[in-house]
Amino acid sequence: MAELGRLPTLPGIHLKDEITKISQRLRELGGRRGGGDAWEKVKLARHSERPYTLDYIELMFPGFIELRGDRCFADDPAIVGGLAAYQGRTLMVIGHQKGRDLPSRTYRNFGMPRPEGYRKAQRLMRLADKFGIPVLTLIDTPGAYPGVAAEERGQGGAIAQSLVTMARLEVPTVAIIIGEGGSGGALAMALADRVLILENSIYSVSSPEACASILWKDAAEAELAARALKLTSDDLDELQVVDGVLPEPRGGAHRDHAAAARIVKEALEDSLRELETMHPQLRKRERYEKFRRIGVWRENGLTLF
Amino acid sequence: MAQKISVDISRRDGGDEPDGSFSCPGCGQAVDPAELAENLKVCPHCERHFSLTAGERIGLLTDEGSWTELSANLRSSDPLEFFDLRPYFERIEEAEYDTGLTEAMLVGTARMHKIEVVLVVMDFRFMGGSMGSVVGERFWRAVEHAIETRYPLVAVCASGGARMQEGMFSLLQMAKTACAVDLLSEVPVPFVTVLTHPTTGGVMASFATLADVIMAEPGALLCFSGPRVIEQTVKERLPEGFGRAESNLEHGQVDMIVPRRELKDKLVQVLGMLEGGVACALQPIWEEEAGPPGGGGALAKAYGRIRSFANPSRHSPQG
Repeated sequence: MAELGRLPTLPGIHLKDEITKISQRLRELGGRRGGGDAWEKVKLARHSERPYTLDYIELMFPGFIELRGDRCFADDPAIVGGLAAYQGRTLMVIGHQKGRDLPSRTYRNFGMPRPEGYRKAQRLMRLADKFGIPVLTLIDTPGAYPGVAAEERGQGGAIAQSLVTMARLEVPTVAIIIGEGGSGGALAMALADRVLILENSIYSVSSPEACASILWKDAAEAELAARALKLTSDDLDELQVVDGVLPEPRGGAHRDHAAAARIVKEALEDSLRELETMHPQLRKRERYEKFRRIGVWRENGLTLF
Repeated sequence: MAQKISVDISRRDGGDEPDGSFSCPGCGQAVDPAELAENLKVCPHCERHFSLTAGERIGLLTDEGSWTELSANLRSSDPLEFFDLRPYFERIEEAEYDTGLTEAMLVGTARMHKIEVVLVVMDFRFMGGSMGSVVGERFWRAVEHAIETRYPLVAVCASGGARMQEGMFSLLQMAKTACAVDLLSEVPVPFVTVLTHPTTGGVMASFATLADVIMAEPGALLCFSGPRVIEQTVKERLPEGFGRAESNLEHGQVDMIVPRRELKDKLVQVLGMLEGGVACALQPIWEEEAGPPGGGGALAKAYGRIRSFANPSRHSPQG
């Protein structure tokens, strides 16, 4: 389209109107494709060729130093975190990590963290806070791991503590949902100053399968649940529960990892530029205000957003 | 204790509501409903704690006539126009009709053995005690009220988790309530939760586990992922008593298990001891008597005295 606009035009031929028309039509088509099928988005968000946290780290932050362990019990490979050099300053990058083949999937526990994963993330965030290092979290998990041992070590408490840790940070925080934002396991890393979502990612209160088995009494109704939950990036943008949607390369992030990384990096840069000019206390207060406002209810007959 | 208890949040009748003469699912012995009610809905034979409604809980914990509800005018909305097998609004209306409540959480002020508290009570019968926008907002306002008045906050939890029908708005109530608890702890105002059967999911992963002191009722199921979810998704065999209050105590996730008839006394004791700490006792003095910047106020003088006691070499001969 842009190339078409740059073409030298002959006098009397007005390409501009045509371009506007075609652009509009394309947007309509795009819109229909995007909003139409939530289930397509779910499949794209879970695509096994989609770039994961370590892919972004490799493409965006050469010389990344991974820090491991929660200092209590174990190191959870479902969450990776560490220090990254970034444009003359340091950044703390923490993200869920899925695996791509069977051994790595098993090792990464399919990106489902146990309590020690969240405790590692908290430790790294406090470390970042201590040295004034901004925090970037990359979110991509089906959810926190539902297992007996994880429960015994306080899965619920670990997630809750992560929320409070993020609420307290005095450094700028940016969270980007790069794939699946599954329930509390995702939210635990997403209480940030800026919450952005890649176009083909999803973010929801529960997986469509779990929602279907609870409300429809049938996990096979996951497609219906996916639509009802309003979990696509467009839906979330419309409901204003995210701060922005990042467009993906043509066909999706899995088609071009490098381009996806460029888009994420640009968004990070823009967000940090804006956040770093704010006073830390003000930034923190605005973060509180943002999450305080979330919710829709009726009060004395009025619907309040 | 080993029987499975569903935490399906769409369930209509909530916990194990006794209805007519029946045999206790805990011990199998016949229980007379009147006797059960007399015994605070605790089985006289096996000490099984049956679920209390929000109203019963308020009656149990507060001094007679001291309860004043706050934020009662907040009602759920349907931002997603959610429709599963039935529309969301229909489910809310049904819950309102069945329970006589306006939401799954009531907040208010009350006295407990003459101590003023802000009290938050959840009711599992109202859509499985699920947390949506109204629950989050009511909790926030309860916290704001506790900060304003410096009354300690007590929250009695019973919830299946986040409310599906409000989608991401529900999930983000976890973030909202966590922020609220953080504001509370900055003051600080004591915050105690009582986890009752069942407390799971999003509530367990937010304000319920962020309290200064966490109490649990005997036998209550307290976990993030319920037994059914674990069995279905990871095919793990569950140990006897999995996720129960006793298991949580053993694994260090709660401070104590308190039988229902001792609950009010225990709450008052703990709140009194927390408020007896220097931080809470001095809080109003700090604010009122901090004096002009640069010291010289009553606080600076008091602080100077404490320092002189702590450091004998600076201790003046007059004492």
